[in-house]
Amino acid sequence: MSKDVPCWNREMEFMAPAELRQLQSQRLRDLVARVYDKVPHYHQKLDAAGVRPETIQGLDDLVRLPFTGKDDLRETYPFGMFAVPMEEVVRIHASSGTTGKSTVVGYTRGDIGTWAEVMARTLAAGGTHRGDFVQNSYGYGLFTGGLGAHYGAERIGASVIPTSGGQTRRQLQVLQDFGSTVLCCTPSYALVLGEAGRELGMDFDALPLRVGFFGAEPWSQSMRQEIEASLKCHALDIYGLSEIIGPGVGYECLEKSGLHLNEDHFFPEIINPETGDPLPDGELGELVFTTLTKEALPLLRYRTRDITRIIPEQCPCGRTVRRIERVSGRTDDMLIIRGVNVFPSQIEEVLVGIEETTPNYLLVVDRKPRGMDELEVQVEVSAETFSDEMSKLEALSARIGKEIEGALGLRVAVRLVEPRSLERSMGKARRVIDRRDLGQ
Amino acid sequence: MTAAQISIFLENKSGRLAEVTRSLADASINIRALSLAETIDYGVLRLIVDKPQEARQVLSAAGFTVSETEVIAVEMPDRPGGLTAIVDLITASGLNIEYLYAFVGQRGENAVVIFRIDEVEAALEALRKGGARILSSDELSAI
Repeated sequence: MSKDVPCWNREMEFMAPAELRQLQSQRLRDLVARVYDKVPHYHQKLDAAGVRPETIQGLDDLVRLPFTGKDDLRETYPFGMFAVPMEEVVRIHASSGTTGKSTVVGYTRGDIGTWAEVMARTLAAGGTHRGDFVQNSYGYGLFTGGLGAHYGAERIGASVIPTSGGQTRRQLQVLQDFGSTVLCCTPSYALVLGEAGRELGMDFDALPLRVGFFGAEPWSQSMRQEIEASLKCHALDIYGLSEIIGPGVGYECLEKSGLHLNEDHFFPEIINPETGDPLPDGELGELVFTTLTKEALPLLRYRTRDITRIIPEQCPCGRTVRRIERVSGRTDDMLIIRGVNVFPSQIEEVLVGIEETTPNYLLVVDRKPRGMDELEVQVEVSAETFSDEMSKLEALSARIGKEIEGALGLRVAVRLVEPRSLERSMGKARRVIDRRDLGQ
Repeated sequence: MTAAQISIFLENKSGRLAEVTRSLADASINIRALSLAETIDYGVLRLIVDKPQEARQVLSAAGFTVSETEVIAVEMPDRPGGLTAIVDLITASGLNIEYLYAFVGQRGENAVVIFRIDEVEAALEALRKGGARILSSDELSAI
């Protein structure tokens, strides 16, 4: 059966578990030696943890290694964790961090090749092949989505149409006139395309579109059904984060029952987020990755803050690389909105910087039926901020919106509210209400 | 010579306006003029009351965002063209009217209009020069 399963790298994706483990162990040994040697930050961390690199023999020793978190990247911002000279870095991407500073990631030529490989596996698992038209509506830029999908599709030899994000009318025209067979975008944008297409009288049944790869924001099983009914194509989930490589860390096959991990490159662990103790496959916890092959920015046990579990059973598709369930939550308060990482602390920082406002705010995330995710920032109006002139209040809310957009790269709706109307609890105020239906 | 206006920030939620008027009624404060400006999300209620200081305290205590603003109350003949003459005096001196609204009651044969102008002193002077009758807070309260 597995012979008929579309896939890009049969050797790696179907490798015997013992053999895969041996490969991972060998890569881990090399990795630890390399970061100890090349990255002063890791040299210190390993010394502090009392780990001599030569004592790391394989995966069994992984638990002895210290974790890496966003804090490490912030401390060493922007390039301090890079393990190669800058001349070797051929690409830099960035995503937003918990405070004003973004998380910066670098790639060597080799890393770009790895990325293309893992994205080729991702796209091929959904049946993408040479001759396909891949419409890539992920944003091109600092965000890893656009270029990640682009290189993977090119590696396969498909015809890539780099439409990037936005301009829905033009997207639909390309979809129809070029006959795109594969679509890459966020799940909420897929629904926007479906809705807008129907308004224009498009018949998706008659289009050659076959499969879509939707990621960069959390979604649900019910949304999958909605997208498949709307666009008349398979809707597959993809998983990734820029610290690890970008999209291409995990991918669904056509069984649509969990995300296979490219674990020959990114070794997964599930840990108890409170204690840091590793949990056995099947248990819910925080997902942690060790980048076994990354050159420019290798990371040991990077804490993703994503909550999921490793599915212990083998997938009916026959792949031996393990699967995770759809991410079901976060251990921190990060929100992912239209592919943009948003931390409440970033909004707070903007508000503190505007002297007329109090940093009392509430973030409300909503997803309208067949609509994109929207972030509303409610800001309390204080006696000092308040003006009897509407134009001044409007100018204030416009300024808040503009400064947040400048800091986050995300358009938000600002709503001025009465003071003390936002819920206060003992000590810490509730800052986020997520109304998106993300049930499994 | 200006009058004190009480401004209140109100979210567009049902019952908020009633809470303002109830708080004032409970404190036996009489509303003499009012205007409500609104957007989709919120509104600003502007009030001229007989006891502005008390009104401010009562509303602040009730949890409202309240501010006090200087406005100009002008008496004018209650006939066609009465308002135009006053507005002309203000615009002729290059001043900008932020907003205006009419008084609830009349003073004898005359109407009373409340003006909110940023440059209060310049506006007062322009109005005085033009012969407009400007009312004091006490006169307003007496209506």
